[in-house]
Amino acid sequence: MNRKIILGAVITTLLASSGVAMSDDDDDDHDGRKRGLFSRFFSKAGVTPVNNQPYIDECGSCHFAFQPGLLPARSWKKLMGGLDDHFGENAEFDSADAQKILNYLVAGAADTSSAHRSQSINNSIPRNSAPLRISETRYFLRKHDEIPPRYVTGNPKVGSFSNCEKCHTEAAKGSFSEHGVHIPGVGRWD
Amino acid sequence: MNIKNLILIASLVLSPTIFAAGSASAFDKYKSGGAANFSASNGEKLWQRQVHSAKDNKMRSCSSCHTDNLTQMGKHHRTGKPIKPMAPSANSARFTKVKKIEKWFKRNCKWTWGRECTAQEKGDILTYLINYK
Ligand code: HEC
Ligand code: HEC
Ligand code: HEC
Repeated sequence: MNRKIILGAVITTLLASSGVAMSDDDDDDHDGRKRGLFSRFFSKAGVTPVNNQPYIDECGSCHFAFQPGLLPARSWKKLMGGLDDHFGENAEFDSADAQKILNYLVAGAADTSSAHRSQSINNSIPRNSAPLRISETRYFLRKHDEIPPRYVTGNPKVGSFSNCEKCHTEAAKGSFSEHGVHIPGVGRWD
Repeated sequence: MNIKNLILIASLVLSPTIFAAGSASAFDKYKSGGAANFSASNGEKLWQRQVHSAKDNKMRSCSSCHTDNLTQMGKHHRTGKPIKPMAPSANSARFTKVKKIEKWFKRNCKWTWGRECTAQEKGDILTYLINYK
């Protein structure tokens, strides 16, 4: 085989993998400064992706299946205890199934996960509170404070901040980096 | 004939059977609760029944999310998430599990009408839905 081809292949692979790493989440406030290329290179998705089909069936039927790592265990316990009035909807189900879902949520919750977004979210929630919405945590509010309401509630293609996947094109992979944002009817963000 | 074709044919033959199994055990359940003589036209009326909700001061019905044309995609009234067509003629994955049918009847009747549906109502609605063309 020709040397040039091998070199070309090596360079392409390197570029492609750094491209992937760049499009992964970079967090610019967790440790107070922008992470360097090196740490980006080894960073995983910001939040561990969902890998549980019963969870997707149960909790992904009305909206995006939020990753367990987006809220702490105490929030999931509270949320699962009030499914008959879930933000004004009825989402109740059989208690044996509900227990399995809760176990899955708790095992990957933001206060146990090592994913860096989960840790940032968890650190922004006071110990004595158990928010039911990710979109009301301090971390979330800080990250979204520059987005005007006309892009969200005033935008029929988005509707509310709860619909992460409408703007975050990589949300299902657990990546919420601003590089993957495309607001419907508005465009890219970065 | 290759394996792929075999699988395709097998799933085409089997899918109506699966859907029939889910709804058949639902009907058995409603009958054992004393309901009988299920009627698609009663089911249609129930489907379109509008009930006022004091919570948001709006009228609610099954079509709020599923629409009136059951061969078309529906849309969750709040989150906008698409809901696949309700008619088995347009969506062969419908009514395959009695547990799923019962779970959604419970949630949706309570949310839409403010109470659970009776066995008779569920049987009528299901008759309407599975025969929808
Ligand atoms: C019957 C429909 C339905 C089902 C089923 C459902 N949800 Fe929801 N959920 C909603 C609606 C509606 C909202 C509010 C959306 C809004 O405000 O725009 C919501 C909001 C949420 C939020 C808050 C999102 C935010 O703003 O940060 C979380 C978290 C959530 N749901 C988790 C779950 C979990 C976990 C399950 C499974 C146990 C579940 N949901 C099942 C309808 C549903
Ligand atoms: C209306 C579109 C929209 C919706 C809906 C939305 N986001 Fe965002 N999000 C953005 C934009 C735009 C940014 C980048 C903001 C900035 O950098 O100024 C962002 C940033 C973020 C960040 C920080 C990214 C970074 O690079 O630091 C996270 C984490 C995040 N969003 C999570 C979520 C989650 C979780 C949801 C759903 C509960 C959600 N977002 C819903 C538009 C949206
Ligand atoms: C608030 C939105 C909403 C309303 C209103 C609503 N549904 Fe549904 N329904 C859903 C969602 C979401 C699903 C689950 C998603 C899916 O199966 O595609 C569902 C599923 C179902 C199923 C299960 C279908 C199956 O394949 O097993 C039945 C039965 C059903 N609905 C009946 C009704 C009836 C009857 C009404 C009126 C009393 C109603 N729905 C009103 C949202 C709604």
